[in-house]
Order: sequence, then C-alpha cells, then structure tokens
Amino acid sequence: MKLITAVVKPHRLDEIKEALQAFGVQGLTVTEASGYGRQRGHTEVYRGAEYTVDLVPKVRIEVLVEDEDADDLVDVVVKAARTGKIGDGKVWSVPVETAVRVRTGERGPDAL
Amino acid sequence: MNGANTAFVLISAALVMLMTPGLAFFYGGMVRVKSALNMLMMSFISLGVVSLLWVLFGYSLTFGDDIGGGLLGNLDHIGFKGIEPTSLWGEKPDAIPVLAFALFQLMFAVITPALISGAVADRVKFGAWALFITLWTTVVYFPVAHWVWQADGWLFKKEVIDFAGGTAVHINAGAAGLAVALVLGKRIGFKKDPMRPHNLPLVMLGSGLLWFGWFGFNAGSALAANETAANMAFNTQVATGVAMLGWLAYERIRHGAFTTLGAASGAVAGLVAITPSGAAVNAWGAIVIGLVAGVVCSWAVSLKYKLGYDDSLDVVGVHLVGGVIGTLLVGVLATDGVGGATQLGKQALGAFTVLLYSFVVSWILAKLIDVTIGFRASEDEELGGIDQAFHAETAYDFSAVGGSARSTVPAATGASAPQKPHNKKVDA
Repeated sequence: MKLITAVVKPHRLDEIKEALQAFGVQGLTVTEASGYGRQRGHTEVYRGAEYTVDLVPKVRIEVLVEDEDADDLVDVVVKAARTGKIGDGKVWSVPVETAVRVRTGERGPDAL
Repeated sequence: MNGANTAFVLISAALVMLMTPGLAFFYGGMVRVKSALNMLMMSFISLGVVSLLWVLFGYSLTFGDDIGGGLLGNLDHIGFKGIEPTSLWGEKPDAIPVLAFALFQLMFAVITPALISGAVADRVKFGAWALFITLWTTVVYFPVAHWVWQADGWLFKKEVIDFAGGTAVHINAGAAGLAVALVLGKRIGFKKDPMRPHNLPLVMLGSGLLWFGWFGFNAGSALAANETAANMAFNTQVATGVAMLGWLAYERIRHGAFTTLGAASGAVAGLVAITPSGAAVNAWGAIVIGLVAGVVCSWAVSLKYKLGYDDSLDVVGVHLVGGVIGTLLVGVLATDGVGGATQLGKQALGAFTVLLYSFVVSWILAKLIDVTIGFRASEDEELGGIDQAFHAETAYDFSAVGGSARSTVPAATGASAPQKPHNKKVDA
C-alpha cells in the first residue's frame, strides 16, 4: 500500500475530488494546511507597516491506495491540481506498512 | 425649559454613548486574537467607572462654580447635591434640564479615558487599568474639561475655541497615551513579531459606529437644535469623508494600496480634527481640515517606528496629531471673524498647555501605579494573552478539541441530572 499526500491550492480541491472519484478512489482525508514553496508568501500593509506573510493557505489531501495504482493516482492528482501558476503545490507517495478499517478490523488492501 | 433642545441633547447623549462600544470594536479588531476581549473591556469598563465618578464628584469638579484661577470646579454638587429634575442649564428660552446636560457631558468623560487604551493594548493588568482611569479622569479630565468648557475656566476665558473636545478629549487622551506607553515600555516582540489586526471588518464596524455617534458628539455640543448644530453636523460629514480620501491617497502613493484600515483610520482622523473647529468654519474649511488631517495623521502613525515608542494602536498619531491640527486650524480657517494670528496664538496656547499638563500628570499617575501595584502584565500573561489572564475568556472558539465542562453552579433542588432507570420500578 501507498499513502499519497498532496499539498495544493485550496480552490483546486473540488477538481481533485472529482478526478479521484472518477479514478475509483473510495475515500480521502482533507486537512487545512499552510506553507510556502519557492515563491514564498505575499506582503500586507497595515497603517504603513508592511508584513511579509510567508505561510499561505493550502489543503493537504491524503489517500491510501494499492501499490499498483499509486503512480497513476499521483498523475491524476497532479493533473487536477495544476494551474500552471506559481504555488501549485507538491504531491508525493510513501509506503504504508499497515492499514486497518476500524469498523470491521479488516487489514491490508481489504481495509481500503 | 426648551423641549426641542432637550430632545436633541438627550438623543445626542445616546449617540455619544454608542461611540464607546464603537471605539471598543475599532480598537478590538486591530489587536491580535489573544487580546481582543481585553481591548473591548478596556473601553467598556469606562462606562461603569466614569458614570459612578461623575455622580460622586466628576460633575461638580467639572461644571461646579470655579474655586479660583479657572482651574477646577468646587464641591457644591458633590453626590449631585442640589440637582433636581427641574434644575435648568443655560438661559431661558434655550435652557435644558441640568440632567440632560450632565448626561451628555458624562458621555464625553466616558470615552476620553477609553481612547487612551489603544496606546497600551496587549500588555496591562486590567485592575491597574481600571485604577488608572479612575485617577486619570479625576486628576486630568475633570480639570481640563473645566478649563475649556466651563465659563469660569481659564482657557475659556482666554477665548480658546474648542467646540466639542479637540483639546479636552483628543489632545488630552493622545498626550496621556504617549505618556503611559512610555512608562509601560514596548510590547514583547515590538517591531519583530507580526502584530497584524485580527479582524478588519470589526474595525470598520467600530469606525462606522464612531462616525455615526460623532454627530451627537459634535452637533450636540451646540446644546440646542439650531444653526450651529446644523453647521457642525454638516462639516463633520464633509471633513470625515475627505480625511478618509486623504489617508487613502497618501497610502496609495507611499505603500501601493488603498487599505481598509487606512479608510477607517482616515475617517477617525477627520472626525478628531473637525471636533474643535467644525462650528467656526464653512464647508470649504471642513474640506481643508479633513484633507490635512487625513494626510498628516497617515504620515504620523509611522513616527512610533522611527522614534521607538510603542503606541500600540496609534492614539498619538490619530488623536493627538489630529486634535492639534483641528485646534490650530481654527485660527486659520474660522469664518466668523475670529480667525487670524491672534486666535492662532490662543489656539496654540490651549493645545500645548493641555498637551503638557496631560502628558506630565499621566506619566506621574502611570509611574505611581507601576511602582505600587504594578501596571504591566507579567511576561507569561502577555505572551499567553491577557484575555485568558484577566478575563478568563477567549474571544473565539476556533477548535472543538480541548477543554471539558466543569460546572461551578450547584444543581437546583428537584432538578438534578436524569437518573439511571435500573433502580426504578417501572409499571407495566
């Protein structure tokens, strides 16, 4: 199993959800996140005092998949998340040792 | 008694009352989340403290007959002695009940110390603050209001024009703010940590309430529903609108954006500046006053970074500077024959004596509190947020995680929590 994590622009969330559903993904977890990449943040002005806001709003999407689907799914997420502008985010996958469905106790691929 | 004037002054008093919660929102939105409630409370507490002081001795010290030298009222009306519902203020046929006048003036005494709180945001003990406004209102506000507004007051007799409080309210509060900020020192992290306003819509709401209430503040100061009140109300609107434009234009040129905080701040700067002057000028004078106040105050708020004092919410830049602008410009722009170099000299005398008196006495009072009971919150309280430290509350519940209920209210007899049914015999 693999865990695919995507940290992307919040307004791409709906596109990504639809693409994942079309691919056949059953469930996902979304967390509000903040961070920056190479573009850094933006500047805000309050009574002449300028603040650099480094951490910009992002969403973090996590999906568990079987090994053979992982690469395809990363591509699906990247395609749906891309706007071509700076700050589009990152997607990565990592191996997962165990997954358990809490309701039934099923383990491994059966738990997905 | 004049019914029209009485109605007008009573309504104006209610309008001015609304300015204090308005100020609370204006300031409250500008601080960080962790001290939003304390900022509201520092204004709100003034409604309690000063209302009590006003009855005990405030009204008497301010509007009692002079004790000599034009410095302070006497104690004839202490505890509102001798004031009946039928007592009148002013000359017939314009007279209004003393209670209407006293209520209107009470609202001025309430908002003035509340204005100071912006200079010390985020870092004072709440009890020490309540003590400070008790002492400050007694030793600074009541005498200064007597100097400027009571017919026996020495600045009144010098013909200093302060129609609705440029000196007694704004310069007075601004100078006090500077003094207290200097005694307390800077917030932890000043110029290093981000101290962004946590809620600009709240700031806009507050400035809107201030603008609305200020019609009562300014026009009501005529104490009559007459031409002076109308002129003042009109000029209040024009100067405020133009000051907002002035502040925004300055910001756009200097910082590249028309900010919401700038619009709200510019409006307040215009309101401050037109306060002493609005009854003596025409609409064009109001435009000039508004424009100068908007641009100069917008520049002045950056002084704290250059000079290194931490006036958290710019009480100096907006109220002191705006008050001085409005007070001095009366000497330049007055249309009813009082303008000119002589009047400018009188205005400067009024502005700078009030500034000096307020600064020196406020500094002493703040220092006195600091060395006795301690004025400043501890480092832990300041870093953790003074809302929790002094009010046992937080302004917003952002997370459902954390915290469990522990009621301190004993259950009422006969209304205890539902019992488990297993011991009860249930009839079939």
